[in-house]
Amino acid sequence: MMECRRKKENQNPNSTFPDEVLERISGMLKSRKDKSTVSLVCKEWYNAERWSRRSVFIGNCYSVSPEILTRRFPNIRSVTLKGKPRFSDFNLVPANWGADIHSWLVVFAGKYPWLEELRLKRMTVTDESLEFLALQFPNFKALSLLSCDGFSTDGLASIATNCKNLTELDIQENGIEDKSGNWLGCFPDSFTSLEVLNFANLHNDVNFDALEKLVCRCKSLKTLKVNKSVTLEQLQRLLVHVPQLGELGTGSFSQELTAQQCSDLESAFKNCRNLHTLSGLWVATAQYLPVLYSACTNLTFLNFSYAPLDSDGLAKLLVHCPKLQRIWVVDTVEDKGLEAVGSHCPLLEELRVFPADPFDEGIVHGVTESGFIAVSQGCPRLHYVLYFCRQMTNAAVATVVQNCPDFTHFRLCIMHPGQPDYLTQESMDEAFGAVVKTCTKLQRLAVSGYLTDLTFEYIGKYAKNLETLSVAFAGSSDWGMRCVLDGCPKLRKLEVRDCPFGNGALLSGLGKYESMRSLWMSDCNLTMNGVRLLAKEMPRLNVEVIKEETYETHQAKKVYVYRSVAGPRRDAPPFVLTL
Amino acid sequence: MSTVSKDDNLALSSEDSSCPEESELELGLGLSLSSGSSSKSHHHHHARIYTAKDFPSSAAAAAAAASSPSSSSSSPNNITAGTKRAAADSLVANNRPSQVVGWPPLRTYRVNSFNSHAKSTEVFNSVAEKSKTDNTVARKTNDNGNDNNINAKEKRHLRSSLFVKVNMDGIPIGRKVDLSAHSSYETLAQTLEDMFNESTTVTTCKGSNGEDYGFIIGGERHSKLLDGSSKFVLTYEDKEGDWMLVGDVPWGMFFSSVRRLRIMRTSEANGLAPRLEENIKKRCKPI
Repeated sequence: MMECRRKKENQNPNSTFPDEVLERISGMLKSRKDKSTVSLVCKEWYNAERWSRRSVFIGNCYSVSPEILTRRFPNIRSVTLKGKPRFSDFNLVPANWGADIHSWLVVFAGKYPWLEELRLKRMTVTDESLEFLALQFPNFKALSLLSCDGFSTDGLASIATNCKNLTELDIQENGIEDKSGNWLGCFPDSFTSLEVLNFANLHNDVNFDALEKLVCRCKSLKTLKVNKSVTLEQLQRLLVHVPQLGELGTGSFSQELTAQQCSDLESAFKNCRNLHTLSGLWVATAQYLPVLYSACTNLTFLNFSYAPLDSDGLAKLLVHCPKLQRIWVVDTVEDKGLEAVGSHCPLLEELRVFPADPFDEGIVHGVTESGFIAVSQGCPRLHYVLYFCRQMTNAAVATVVQNCPDFTHFRLCIMHPGQPDYLTQESMDEAFGAVVKTCTKLQRLAVSGYLTDLTFEYIGKYAKNLETLSVAFAGSSDWGMRCVLDGCPKLRKLEVRDCPFGNGALLSGLGKYESMRSLWMSDCNLTMNGVRLLAKEMPRLNVEVIKEETYETHQAKKVYVYRSVAGPRRDAPPFVLTL
Repeated sequence: MSTVSKDDNLALSSEDSSCPEESELELGLGLSLSSGSSSKSHHHHHARIYTAKDFPSSAAAAAAAASSPSSSSSSPNNITAGTKRAAADSLVANNRPSQVVGWPPLRTYRVNSFNSHAKSTEVFNSVAEKSKTDNTVARKTNDNGNDNNINAKEKRHLRSSLFVKVNMDGIPIGRKVDLSAHSSYETLAQTLEDMFNESTTVTTCKGSNGEDYGFIIGGERHSKLLDGSSKFVLTYEDKEGDWMLVGDVPWGMFFSSVRRLRIMRTSEANGLAPRLEENIKKRCKPI
């Protein structure tokens, strides 16, 4: 095939480079954007990029069909695919909405028999699909499933049994039916190639003997993340075999240990000199944290987002983490813990603070604006923040962005919808105004609290690099959404829920949506007629309404709009109306 | 055995659908159901206090938005949140976190993770699977988010749930437990042990031994929280504000007066030590 194509191309008198050279150069490009830009230059470059492309990213599985993909890129080895709208993570998309991987796998089996890697997010994956994957792709090496659903540990057993060359099995935060831990025993005794194993989010007890044997024989293992059923004693036994680990996810961190066991565990951690990422510590207690201290020297990423540490435990640990760049914590660390972050982590770039008890309004602890300011004062390189809190002020946010003007991702969630500045009782408009005025590199913004249209005027006026905006319970009228659509030239994803934006706002973006990946609007003021008009005016957009009501209504409660070269969905369930 | 499993199943599903605000309201309902007019008055008072806490911010926001009339009108609805209409109005007017599907924006996995039980025996695995099945069925029958909330409220109302908060010394995350899903101290203590991870309540068992122990005894396992062999002891605050040892009074009396629970370290229960010692002595007699 390639040889035949080359012969044809060589007959082209205008060619100034041999195809082989063009393809080699094109193959060296790493950035997806660079690859896309190169392919637009001329037909020769288009073809060179087309044939040399080995990996492809698809941000919306309905924006292109597998047939179109395989015609465009014949030599793909790695596919990354995203499915459902992001709001499916928060139960706003009904079950059985779609995004099933199987139809893709069937086409890949015919066109990409040498497929090696599959990375899926928010896709529906069945055990049958995993078995198909395991049996149809003899060179398959890497499977990553994040926020997917539909499969069980039976599917993992198929992967373990049949993928002889597997190097990566990364299962994170999925809606998986965890039948038992016996799937680990399905790896053949001859299997030794594993480098990444992550089953931290499974719940059942694992077959520890099988796990230990697997870890023993896989000499290249560099990432191991176990689930909470693995005890500290068992963790120690594992670590003795794999001191070379770069990423470790512990199980629970709270069993009773004898002095000898504690000493053995500390010794095991001491031998882990390459550790750069640490996560887990489910149900951690501060009592045993000291065993970690000697392993923290080179840590760059601490993911304690499931570890309810208190401020004191965190502070003592951070003293031993001089190179930390990313930290995720639960709000049980409180402001004092964040002050410790500010004091001990001068290289910090990313902070995420999750709520331990998001629905309890009576809780008086958690983090506040004080902790946020403390981190910003001590961490000038901070450019990514996700912050869940119960109170915030305009002044605090202005201070934070003044201290850290390089934010690219600013996601603030004041957990009580429509809550104003708790000191002045004014709207939070000036807070987000300060963010977009000061942070000129801002790419992603999530707003919350009591907001008027003024916030969106600020966003439209200043956020010239904004790509993703998430809005909830905010705005006063259509004007707000119009400002964003008119003013943000690079906007690619807009997610809106429970806002008073109506048909006028929706239709003001007619010239915008084809350059965006997607628009989600739920519980706004849209009507079926307004949405139909959008669909009529923009035939190359897929305009879908999710109709869950059993009664007839003119309202369009959930609207999902995205560009697609594949046309309307062929697998839409009855409650998805394609207009 | 089946009785125990059934109770646990109820507890699981109750907790999965736990709604803090509803818990508070129904705590009042429980109190009023259990005694006369004085409790009714108490319930009314309690509801008002609870509501007042939330009004300042929402009222201020409404005032800033120049829509105070609707805010005033929503007040009665909030207090009488029994009918669908009231519930719907409440959703629109108040947007309380606990009533809004998908808010705050946390992955379902994460929310479930912090509320999940750490199971260490196969007996409870089967219960968990049943619970999952129930959840799946419930999810499929829901038409939309609003209906979901309404249905959930109706279910809880019919069951007269009595959710109380539970904290354990050394564990910063609190939990909630539905007392109406139990009819004895034994099942309650069993549930709490599962909820807070069995391994933190046993005195001497290692992990593997604990698993064997649990598997052998199965559903008939006797709670260490109650028999004094644990280094923790189960206590509760009654409606008069006094902390008492769980098990000292008949279940019905406990049920009607409990305000919240605390799993306290035995070493910190000095103030309650005499009762604890008496408890141990009493339990020794039958043996």
